[in-house]
Amino acid sequence: MNVIETSALGRRYGGQWALRNCTLNVPEGHLVALVGPNGAGKTTLLNIAVGLTSPTDGQITVLGGIPAGSPTALDRIAFVAQDMPLYRNLSVSDMLHVARNLNHGFDVAYAHGRLGNLGIGLRHKVGKLSGGQRAQLALTLALARHPQLLVLDEPTASLDPVARHDFMATVVTAMTDDGVSVILSSHGLAELERVADYLVLLTDGAVRVDGPVDDLLRQHLRLTGPVGAPVDPRWHVVESRDARAVRVLLARVDDPAMPVPDEWEARAVGVEELALAYLRESPAPTRPFMVEAAR
Amino acid sequence: MTLVQPSDSEPGKAGSAIAFQLDPASGVPTFLQLVQQVEHALRLGYLTTGDQLPKVRDVVADLAINPNTVMKAYRELEHKGLASGRPGQGTFVTGTLSQAGLPEIAGLRRALQRWLVDSANAGLDEDGMVALFSSTLRDFRERGAAAESRAARSAPREVGGGVA
Repeated sequence: MNVIETSALGRRYGGQWALRNCTLNVPEGHLVALVGPNGAGKTTLLNIAVGLTSPTDGQITVLGGIPAGSPTALDRIAFVAQDMPLYRNLSVSDMLHVARNLNHGFDVAYAHGRLGNLGIGLRHKVGKLSGGQRAQLALTLALARHPQLLVLDEPTASLDPVARHDFMATVVTAMTDDGVSVILSSHGLAELERVADYLVLLTDGAVRVDGPVDDLLRQHLRLTGPVGAPVDPRWHVVESRDARAVRVLLARVDDPAMPVPDEWEARAVGVEELALAYLRESPAPTRPFMVEAAR
Repeated sequence: MTLVQPSDSEPGKAGSAIAFQLDPASGVPTFLQLVQQVEHALRLGYLTTGDQLPKVRDVVADLAINPNTVMKAYRELEHKGLASGRPGQGTFVTGTLSQAGLPEIAGLRRALQRWLVDSANAGLDEDGMVALFSSTLRDFRERGAAAESRAARSAPREVGGGVA
């Protein structure tokens, strides 16, 4: 089952396309990292997936063919928005009351249990909680609906390192216990390296690269060779940098088992390195002979 | 399945023999770090046949890593014949990498500590000790190989592998 399936999805705001020609199939059971520069369309894509925004163009279904935004879809998807929208003047207990009345199948016992474990008192005013506690409260309200898909828009951006770790620990524990699939957008590449097993990278409103992290890491190599060494046509260069003597590439290779020519050295890449290469300005097409001539 | 933890009698991880840790600077993929830590514990005798590996849920909650990563590590250990999963219970050690028991290893460790003290007293620094140990280990290996090839020569049938 695919938790999100889009085809040529687009969303325009005025004359500006926030998302354009976005085609994506995300299978269930993963923690998907949605990565991209600011303005790449991450929030737009997530908002469409959870039914907060409707697309201008194309199709999107969730959880195995259910139209995004339909009542069935809304019941099975939980969303925590970037700003953790909570009523700050309410007590935690009143906040739970509101959530219970606004949601089908809200598991009050679960919510109480989790807040108890976290040491968040029910009488506290939401506005008086620490940032980490507020994030945990928002996450608890989302998980107490026992969703099949949990969507998080930059959930840890404002948290300190410990709160960040605890927040992610809650997310992955829910994954383990409930089998919930997770999609989360973030700029924290190092953190994603630990938690994400599926990557979707957006730039300029379109999908630049996507797939299971293991596959992506297998298909990409960091290559170092002398400036002027010919670039194998089977390497799809993602990033290319030239120093005076050395050329450094990050390339996608069709066949990872393919031997690398003698003058090149190859090594495996990590998630952060891979994502950074794709996130940098679109690389100029590699022109080895011109570079050599310029020397 | 619910989120309420049907935890064993004692809270915390007192039940598992080892605890994983991650070194983000190592560049080694997370699942491989877990595999290597289990192998290390097996080699040193901290884990033996029948021991339960930390539960996936505990590892995940502790390190905030993807459960698929932990399961991948455990599958790899199963693949190597070192562990096996029991449905609904967890993953248990079935193989061993240690050639000696815990008491023997403790004794060897003490002997090695004495050697380290002697080396320090003789004026060796850490690099010097490592170099001496490595070179002695190499001699030991070569002597072993030489002994083997002598044995092979005296045997009626020639066996390859003599060290030049």
